[in-house]
Amino acid sequence: MTDEPTRSDRVFLALTTTAGLSVLALLGLVGLFLLLRSQDAFDVAGWSFFTRVEWRTDTSPPEIGVLGLVSGTVIVALIAVAIAVPLGTCTALYITDYATPRLRTTLTSLVDLLAAIPSLLYGIWGFLFLGSQIVPISRFLARHLGWIPIFATEEDATFTGSMLIAGTVVSLMVLPIIASVAREVFSQAPPGEKEAALALGGTRWGMVRRVVLPYGKGGIIGGSMLGLGRALGETIAVSLLLPQVPELTVRILENGGATVSGFIARRAGGNDFTVSGLMAAGLVLFCMTLATNMVASVVIARSRSGAGLDS
Amino acid sequence: MTETTPPDTLTIDPVLDLTRAALAAGREPVATPASEGPPEISGGPTGGAASVEARDASAWFGDRLVLEGVDLLMPAGEVTALIGPSGCGKSTFLRLLNRMHELVPSASLGGEVLLDGEDIYRPGIRAQEVRLRVGMVFQKPNPFPALSIRDNVLAGLKLARLKCRDHDGLVEWALRRASLWNEVRDRLDAPGGALSGGQQQRLCIARALAVQPNVLLMDEPCSALDPTSTRRVEDTIAELRHQVTVVIVTHNMQQAHRVSDRCAFFLAQENQPGYVVEQGATTKMFDAPDDQRTLDYVQGRFG
Amino acid sequence: MAVTDQAPPTPAPAPGPVPAHALTRPAEPRTPPPRVKRRPSELTRADLFTAGASAISALAGTWVVFARLTDGVGWFGFVVVAYLVFLVTFALVTTDRLGRLAGTDRVATVAVTSGALVLMVPLLWLVGYVVVKGLPALRLSFFTNDLSGIGATAKSTDGGGSHAIVGTLQQVGLALVFTVPLALACAVFLNETRSRFRRPVRIFVDAMSGLPSVVAGLFVFAVLIIPHADKQVLGWEVFGYNGLMASLALAMVMVPTVTRTVDVVLRLVPDGLRESGLALGASRAKVVWSVVLPTARSGITTAVVLGIARAVGETAPLLFTAFGLDLMNANPFDGPQDSLPLFVYKNVQKPAQASIDRGFAGALVLMVLVLVLFTIARIVGRDRSANARPSTVARLAGRIRSSRRRATDRSPSADRPLPTVRQEASRP
Repeated sequence: MTDEPTRSDRVFLALTTTAGLSVLALLGLVGLFLLLRSQDAFDVAGWSFFTRVEWRTDTSPPEIGVLGLVSGTVIVALIAVAIAVPLGTCTALYITDYATPRLRTTLTSLVDLLAAIPSLLYGIWGFLFLGSQIVPISRFLARHLGWIPIFATEEDATFTGSMLIAGTVVSLMVLPIIASVAREVFSQAPPGEKEAALALGGTRWGMVRRVVLPYGKGGIIGGSMLGLGRALGETIAVSLLLPQVPELTVRILENGGATVSGFIARRAGGNDFTVSGLMAAGLVLFCMTLATNMVASVVIARSRSGAGLDS
Repeated sequence: MTETTPPDTLTIDPVLDLTRAALAAGREPVATPASEGPPEISGGPTGGAASVEARDASAWFGDRLVLEGVDLLMPAGEVTALIGPSGCGKSTFLRLLNRMHELVPSASLGGEVLLDGEDIYRPGIRAQEVRLRVGMVFQKPNPFPALSIRDNVLAGLKLARLKCRDHDGLVEWALRRASLWNEVRDRLDAPGGALSGGQQQRLCIARALAVQPNVLLMDEPCSALDPTSTRRVEDTIAELRHQVTVVIVTHNMQQAHRVSDRCAFFLAQENQPGYVVEQGATTKMFDAPDDQRTLDYVQGRFG
Repeated sequence: MAVTDQAPPTPAPAPGPVPAHALTRPAEPRTPPPRVKRRPSELTRADLFTAGASAISALAGTWVVFARLTDGVGWFGFVVVAYLVFLVTFALVTTDRLGRLAGTDRVATVAVTSGALVLMVPLLWLVGYVVVKGLPALRLSFFTNDLSGIGATAKSTDGGGSHAIVGTLQQVGLALVFTVPLALACAVFLNETRSRFRRPVRIFVDAMSGLPSVVAGLFVFAVLIIPHADKQVLGWEVFGYNGLMASLALAMVMVPTVTRTVDVVLRLVPDGLRESGLALGASRAKVVWSVVLPTARSGITTAVVLGIARAVGETAPLLFTAFGLDLMNANPFDGPQDSLPLFVYKNVQKPAQASIDRGFAGALVLMVLVLVLFTIARIVGRDRSANARPSTVARLAGRIRSSRRRATDRSPSADRPLPTVRQEASRP
């Protein structure tokens, strides 16, 4: 609009641009430094770092690998997302298309509040309370559906500290993210089409199914990806809930399993080599979450396109 | 060809008369012969046009009364035009007739609306059944943009889970009735959003007709359209006469004059609820209304 | 239910004589009968009855299966299964009663509603649990004592978390010092400039907000603590485990959160305001400083408060930075420091019940802190919509004018743009 930048304009531009680019740089630096500090670990472990399940620093040379951690991370995150997506979608739908306006604001606040509660509190709640409530379910599933690989357990297995419990607790943290992204996209569903669906003799569910859900599909997918990213990086609750012993297993009912972030949190303050290994694990986690989040934001941005947001 | 009411001896505008004459002469070639009935739908509304009668109908938004005590009979098979300045409750009244009014969370209503003598607000009647019998076309064309033209026409069937053996026949029948068939017959799989504004509006009409409603409500269907498209929509309305009851809200006096058999003039003082000042046969309303305000309005002196 | 409208206004009589007409409404103001206002309800008594009956039969059926035929799944599994059985029963009954179309609609309504309710249950449960567990061990002394001299045998009410509270306050306070300028500048960059880097920066901010907080801790640890831990400044180990390092890690968590929220808030500032500011001859920087940011002030406050709420509860980044300590350390620049989340995390994992209880007392304090912050953010955020309109516009226009007073010439024409401002701002 203004043609000739004044001095204050130039300072303004320089400052804000620096700020913007510094965020850009910061993320690059995170990756770079994690890579630098993990050099020791990569030197010793080589490519087997990505294929080894165990993490032993007491042997010589140390045998460390991230596969057991990554598999645990992915399984827990998938359980969390599988629980959270239907509930989050229901919540979002209820807020946009079922609730009265007053209930709508209240529920939106409650969803935000759910997101604001520290994950530590979810963690101790799951650790000391919810976990023991899920145990009977696990026992029942193991006894009657044990022939399904993910429900298989050993004889006399302990059911506390299982990936199912961890996933359930993490799902509570992921829920508000999915719910709020989905709500935002659902609320942008074109009112004209919604009216048309109702005027044609559709029920509310018919309207939701034929107009709102197809329109909000991108929001559900994007929100789920974002939730997955959050679940992958969830640290404190998982470090409390799982034994954090790396292993390659799909048995989600019995005690066992480890996640990258939870493992890092447990091993904080170890010796130099351990730290280097943790940096390497952190780098893997960083890449995993970054990739998931990037894909999520692209999907969400695309599903919002035409909503009038710039760039 | 459906017969059109012969033009009355009224002359406000020569162009208008020409249009009426053209309609009467049946110059519209795309029309499907009326004898060829629509493909049968099971589960949908039965039996042609139905009369609609509002008795002491009132509407509120929250505590604000926006429409007060409307008594209006819309006879079966006729076109009734609702005219009046903006904000006098015409659209609200229209939305009372197919229970769309109650979709606004704060909305409430009073009085009765009789569809073929049966109160549509009687407990036990579901809004969804009413809307199936009373179709609606909105001010802004709102086809489902991602669905194909064909699926748009069939959307009502899917939404209401109606069965029809002859989908293709139904699509053709509805599109012909909406005077759109000739334009889209070769591209029924193209998305509905790709049509022009006028075509989209006629697609919406076809979509509303496909479930074979007894009544068709039109809320300023031409306000977003150019004159040519407007003309075609008006032709469509002329053809629908006698087969469905049409209730149309319009701000265009000439349009009201051209298409309608009966008129109702709504008016609202500032911050007061709207009400019907006068109603009657279109010719009378335009020629010799009883109320001075009606005369002023139809002659464009205010509004 | 029957609400009568208080004195429904009657239309004014028509000017001039009006001949009577059979179909015309009488022109003389008729006294309207008290009108009954109603709102058709989709839910009928039969629906409620069906739902209730389905629920009872589902409970009974589930109980028979689990308590009699098998060895039980615990109450939690019972509720889940009973709910599913209820849904199926309800679906069958309503479909039979109302047909498939309406039946599906009812079932969907029930499912969606209960899905939303399920979300609220853990929230209330969690809050209740922390309160019940934390209250017995919470004494006033919790806010004054640290854990010095507290052994495994001490009572849960002995000792306290004052050191953790001090640590949290200092760390979050320091983090704010880093966060607020950077996040504001970044949000302004995203909204008020036309740089071609805006798009990548926005994507990266989004990506960073999903960065696991433990990685932020690792990063600070890798960049500063490992190489510089022994360096001393003013006799302090500024780059060792201490509060400052923790605040840096927290800032990394807060910056993207705050930036994103401020970004959204700035987007809500109507363009008309910016344009009118520029039209008055202010520079872009001036417009941002005296129009855009003040307009968005309450929104920015909300963003910052929410950022604080997020940072207060972060535990993972502190493990590598503040490290934790059981004693009071009021100097955030030297030596390990505790914080509330760390205090809770460490104590609930100890074997002694007294420690666990103490941890819950800390958790209660932490939760109340977060809830208070959240409420503040809500209250501040609410008046954003309330006071935004014309009065603000007029005030802002005045502010711009007063900022241009240096230009001395205050001819009446200087006031002319004001109506435009008002008009444009009232549009959105």
